[in-house]
Amino acid sequence: MLQNCIDKYVEEKIHLAAKAISKSAFEKISDGDVILVYGCSSLVNYILCDAYERGRKFRVIVVDSRPRLEGRETLRRLVRKGISCTYVLITAVSYMLPEVSKVFLGAHALLANGYVMSRVGASQIALVAKAYNVPVLVCCETYKFCERVQTDSFVSNELDDPDDLIVTQKGKTELQNWQDVASLRLLNLVYDVTPPDFVDLVITDLGMIPCTSVPVVLRVKNVDQ
Amino acid sequence: SELVEYFRSQMRENTDVASAVAAIRTLLEFLKRDKGETILGLRENLTKAIDKLTSVDSSVAVSSGGELFLRFISLASLEHPDLSECKKVMIVRGELFLKKISLSRDKVAKLCHTFIKDGAIILTHSYSRVVLRVLEKAAAAKKRFTVFVTESQPDSAGQHMADALRKLNVPVTVILDAAVGYVVEKVDLVIVGAEGVVESGGIINKIGTYQLAVCSKAHNKPFYAVAESFKFVRLFPLNQQDVPDKFKYKADTLKKSNNLAEEHPMIDYTPPSLITLLFTDLGVLTPSAVSDELIKLYL
Repeated sequence: MLQNCIDKYVEEKIHLAAKAISKSAFEKISDGDVILVYGCSSLVNYILCDAYERGRKFRVIVVDSRPRLEGRETLRRLVRKGISCTYVLITAVSYMLPEVSKVFLGAHALLANGYVMSRVGASQIALVAKAYNVPVLVCCETYKFCERVQTDSFVSNELDDPDDLIVTQKGKTELQNWQDVASLRLLNLVYDVTPPDFVDLVITDLGMIPCTSVPVVLRVKNVDQ
Repeated sequence: SELVEYFRSQMRENTDVASAVAAIRTLLEFLKRDKGETILGLRENLTKAIDKLTSVDSSVAVSSGGELFLRFISLASLEHPDLSECKKVMIVRGELFLKKISLSRDKVAKLCHTFIKDGAIILTHSYSRVVLRVLEKAAAAKKRFTVFVTESQPDSAGQHMADALRKLNVPVTVILDAAVGYVVEKVDLVIVGAEGVVESGGIINKIGTYQLAVCSKAHNKPFYAVAESFKFVRLFPLNQQDVPDKFKYKADTLKKSNNLAEEHPMIDYTPPSLITLLFTDLGVLTPSAVSDELIKLYL
């Protein structure tokens, strides 16, 4: 009985939601678009692959960052589909942005005050895109909407292994015994928050809404339940 | 067909009324005369009728008004198993909807005229019946104000607005569309109408509204938009290119033209960041509240 409930929830809120979001996002992708994506989001990958299958002509710029290098997975999936891609590191983003027509970002959570919690680096991309007047679209299912409120990335975050930040070249590294150096700390954050002013549109399974309408959706959801 | 004829005659008889209201009256008449056998057939016929009307008059308001009318009347239709009963209920609801929207312009004017202070200098764009009603009410409340109207090419609709204002004894000056940047430092507030209000809280209005908004923002002048609630539409343009072509050009241009890229668009999109407040019959809203209202209207 519980299993059925869980299966139904997964089917509705995750799989069907992805299909609905892909349908809305398809209207926003035009022929000749240059789309920038960051890291690896299964939803954004699904949207791009679906749009490509339905015949839209576009190319993708995949932005990646250390230490996780998740963009390689995105690159793998898109190239396998046949979509023409460019791969850059996040340091080159302001160089690439004049060519870009839209930015698609995934999200880990959408907070009640409209802030988007995503992989570290996403708020950077949104900031630079705003400076170049490129529209930023966040794709997010409604189950990711949460009641928490956060205005900066430090008050609450996840710390990843600091040793991942160490680069080893030819078997040697400068940061070999960084723990012994008293004045040195390595910080490897996992998430960051993007303010709603940098996000133009949020595509959810309930439709396309502005970032400021997240509390409305939460209220409607609570009424349903 | 007779649907289009009825619509055209409604537009001719009541020039004071919005084209969307004429469209909804036409749809109500169509509903009364429809000889469909099933509710689904009725809905399909109504949808086809709305499409036909938008092919005659391609403004955003006709499309949004039609969709809202359909939603409003079908809200109660599913309870009765008998078709004629259902139809009666739908017709009653249709009349109610029509009455509500006929009063909406006055509601907007009542809310907005208090924002016009005595001695104010107002800048407006092109010809808007809602803005005209607001200024009528302000004049009736014994407020003294002067108005600058943009000429609004290509159809010089601003001249029409200026004539209407002169009849109210309001001092009015027609300015060139290019003179907006020059004039805006002299004005106290900017009021424009809207052909459509989109989900982000932005507005779709006669071409030239966007630059008016950008200039007012640069000079920190309040930019007010006035619109009835039936103009709320489920579009979300990201920029000017993202507005669908079917709204950008007049209906006959769409049919006759070979290359739309050579035609001049009749409307533009003003993003919500440039709008201070929106006056609607649902109340005075900030642009971010529009999405809230739209979710309530459509869900």
